[in-house]
Amino acid sequence: MSTTTLSPPPLGAAPVTPIRPPSPVRPRDFGMKDAALLALSALSALALVWVVFYQLTLLSGAFGFLVCWYAVFLAMYWLASAQMVDRMAASDRVVTVAVVTGAAVVIGLLLFVVLWVSFKAVPHFSWHLLTKDQKFFQILGPHALSSVGVAHAVVGTLEQVGMAALIGVPVAVATAVFLNEVGGRGTRLVRTVVTAMSGTPSVIAGVFIYSILIINHVLGYSGFAAALALFVLLLPLVTRTTEEVLRVVPSGLREASLALGASEWRTVWSVVLPTARSGVITAVLLGVARAAGETAPLLFTAFGSQVMNYNVFSHPQGALPLVVWSNVRQAEPVLVTLAFEAAFVLLVIVLVLFVAARVLGRTRTRGRRRGRTGNGRLFHRNAQPVPIDLPIDIGGNYR
Amino acid sequence: MTMSASTLISPPTPPSAQPGTGAASLDARGVHAWFSGRLVLEGVDLTMERSSVTALIGPSGCGKSTFLRILNRMHEVVPGAQLAGTVALDGVDIYGPGQRAADTRRHIGMVFQKPNPFPAMSIADNVLSGLRFSRISPADRDAVVEEMLVKAGLWKEVKDRLGELGGALSGGQQQRLCIARALAVRPRVLLMDEPCSALDPTSTRRIEETIRDIADEVTVVIVTHNMQQAQRVSRHCAFFLAEENQPGRVVESASTTDIFTNPVDPRTEDYVHGRFG
Amino acid sequence: MAIATDTAGLPPSSPTPSPIVVRNDRRTDDKVFRGTVRAAGLGSLVLLFFIGLFLVLRGLPALHIMGWRFFTTSGYQTLGAHPSFGVEASLYGSVVVALVALAVGVPIAITTALFLSEYAPPWSRRTLIALVDLAAAVPSVIYGLWGFFELQPNIVGFSSWMSHHLAFIPIFKVVSPPVTASLFIAGLVVGIMIVPIIASVSREVFSLAPPGEREGALALGATRFQMIRSVVLPFGRGGMIGAIMLGLGRALGETIAVAIILGETFAISPHILQHGGTTIASLIAIHFPSGGPHGIADLLMCGFVLFLLTMVINLAASAIVNRSRSGAGVEL
Repeated sequence: MSTTTLSPPPLGAAPVTPIRPPSPVRPRDFGMKDAALLALSALSALALVWVVFYQLTLLSGAFGFLVCWYAVFLAMYWLASAQMVDRMAASDRVVTVAVVTGAAVVIGLLLFVVLWVSFKAVPHFSWHLLTKDQKFFQILGPHALSSVGVAHAVVGTLEQVGMAALIGVPVAVATAVFLNEVGGRGTRLVRTVVTAMSGTPSVIAGVFIYSILIINHVLGYSGFAAALALFVLLLPLVTRTTEEVLRVVPSGLREASLALGASEWRTVWSVVLPTARSGVITAVLLGVARAAGETAPLLFTAFGSQVMNYNVFSHPQGALPLVVWSNVRQAEPVLVTLAFEAAFVLLVIVLVLFVAARVLGRTRTRGRRRGRTGNGRLFHRNAQPVPIDLPIDIGGNYR
Repeated sequence: MTMSASTLISPPTPPSAQPGTGAASLDARGVHAWFSGRLVLEGVDLTMERSSVTALIGPSGCGKSTFLRILNRMHEVVPGAQLAGTVALDGVDIYGPGQRAADTRRHIGMVFQKPNPFPAMSIADNVLSGLRFSRISPADRDAVVEEMLVKAGLWKEVKDRLGELGGALSGGQQQRLCIARALAVRPRVLLMDEPCSALDPTSTRRIEETIRDIADEVTVVIVTHNMQQAQRVSRHCAFFLAEENQPGRVVESASTTDIFTNPVDPRTEDYVHGRFG
Repeated sequence: MAIATDTAGLPPSSPTPSPIVVRNDRRTDDKVFRGTVRAAGLGSLVLLFFIGLFLVLRGLPALHIMGWRFFTTSGYQTLGAHPSFGVEASLYGSVVVALVALAVGVPIAITTALFLSEYAPPWSRRTLIALVDLAAAVPSVIYGLWGFFELQPNIVGFSSWMSHHLAFIPIFKVVSPPVTASLFIAGLVVGIMIVPIIASVSREVFSLAPPGEREGALALGATRFQMIRSVVLPFGRGGMIGAIMLGLGRALGETIAVAIILGETFAISPHILQHGGTTIASLIAIHFPSGGPHGIADLLMCGFVLFLLTMVINLAASAIVNRSRSGAGVEL
């Protein structure tokens, strides 16, 4: 039985030299030996598959090789780990490798796609691509690429998406306000409807506008028709993300405003919406980014064009995705290059919107917790608060 | 693990040297704990002898639970958590090289403040879940289930409904289920983090009976705010205290009778007489 | 004056009053406000209704001509004296592409979601989540471009291998090479595209698994994978199913990437590894509005089938998630 007492030193004693506390460590289960085992398993699997592939069988192709190597690597790693540690730990390690692989594949493919498009497009890129259109395009000429540009498509995309946002954002925000602030009869129905609409394939939106407006010549092929089709796609997405954003606004603010005598309308307009402003901007930008990338609805509404058309209300209009679509399967290499340039410009626009959405969504929410263990913390006591993003994601059907 | 020469208990042990069976002693030397760079626990030296019941007492926020979680390597689960020092289970440092956390936790079990049975599993499956994790298949599963539930004082109440879901029980029953689950893997030490703080007096009494019953086969370390409980169940007490802006420390550690009737440090005396809490 | 009391020493109780009805007469501007936003909300309802209505109305002639054989006929002979068209082949193609996409996408998505919620170091989590969201933002026409120029040439070796060694399974047989422009390759590309959707929802759901149960499992000596298997995955099952159904809906509706891969082919075959095949969405994208009035009606009716299918799947996914233990905090 030991008694340890940290009592103050007796009076008159010499000052005690403070003992330096030891340095902190985080215990690790995965050390040098384990890393070496991992590397060795990978290498020996490589050797084995190499032999089998090239010496023994008629399997071929880089992809097949990769798949076989991966399977053999996992098996070898499990067997080797089971020798070093127990079976449960070996399975745990193999699963860790698999999980990391999954994430690496996703991120790797994303980077691959983005960089691949860039590498194919940038060497041929020059600024005239943003200023010319296809009117004087000489496909078979020696300097074909220098006589063409995608300016008409850029203008088309910006106008169509801009108009869609112009119509769509007020309606979406109003619907979100209805769902979250006003409520009452019809809330569940409208929410169900919005959910159902968010799964609509984009081609259906285009076909719908065609069959309701263009086929009976109320509207011709035009940028405005495309904007309407994009509006149909934009609406459910922006509604849902805006509703989420409004939900995060603390109810205390609304109560304070009402207690001061403000009407519901003024509460929403002057208190709720400004508080949620950055989140709403994020939601809008994400919806716009999504709309900018859609191709199918434009096929039967804007129809595509090869010359500049600033008028969004009459005559077909080009758009960046349409340029890609019409040129991707062409035989002429210069047309394919044009497709790549258009794809590159489109990608840049979408990336800019995406980054803007995230940056704007972050500035106002530092330190505001949403009350969830969103970053996987197991236990909060004494931990520092972590700034948590507003829960905005891009994409059609999830938050 | 970094350790100063004076706190070195034993040379690094090969992984094959596993602890034996039955109640074991826990010997903590120079234990410090950090959360995201902030020191919260400093210089704890504490021995918990085999087959004893040690109570960790002290006001909230002095690191009792943190220390408890260091004893079974749950502290490192928190991101940003760090520690220093050694904890020897029957002489083998659980933080030594080659020691795996999952193995340690099979020998040093834990019961939490808020009961956490697996809600989607039946009562019987809950009891056996720890064995499943260790890939141990007992020859007679029903006998194991019964034995553990008897030890936890829950058998009579649930023996006819072992197939029901674990989440369907009351709070006190759930906690006893968690104790049965923890005992099923036959740990050498059982750590209990304020196990009765959320429970009614009847359940509390039952659990204290369980602690007395199992003390032979399992060393028990219990964190409690309830000083009467500490006096009832424990043989040895350690008083933790964190002064203003200071990390937590052990102020005094002695037998329960000594701490409550004859404390050495004035701060201990103030606490056990309820002058602060 | 003494107050009379009953035996318990309390004054006699009067009959309990009924609660007053609180009248909240709203101001005019509030009435306008509420009316406006309610109109906006109901506008969505109207829009959805109209989409369905028009698709059906303008597509009905197709059913008039073909009757119920619309669902059992393939092909797109819409001109001429004996038109013959139907949704069978394209529906088959849509389903095949969606199934291949799920087979490829779901494992990758679930492992990615587990990585993000359980394995990723905390400092990297936000960036990685942002990257996965970015993958969802990339336009489908770019995935189509990549799939056509980069993936397809590298996969044909694998397709050939599968067609040789797995020919005993009928759908993998290749009766007439080549193996490019196949439903299989289209499915692969779509699979890559639906990964971010499934991963995002699943990750959310996994991160909501109760910390108490996680600690309970770890304290019993479970490894991280055992803890995931016994706590996180059972908890997240409902959310995962919802996420997968969302991915399914998206895969069924994917238009442009599939159209780029499959191209304007009229060859329609049940063998998924060889060229040919069509999905409803890509059929509409490529042929609309050609084919004369019958063609338009046919495509609109096909479109209605697709619309109905994706709507039902989306609603079911939403319902499953909301009713599950994990779904309470997740918005679908």
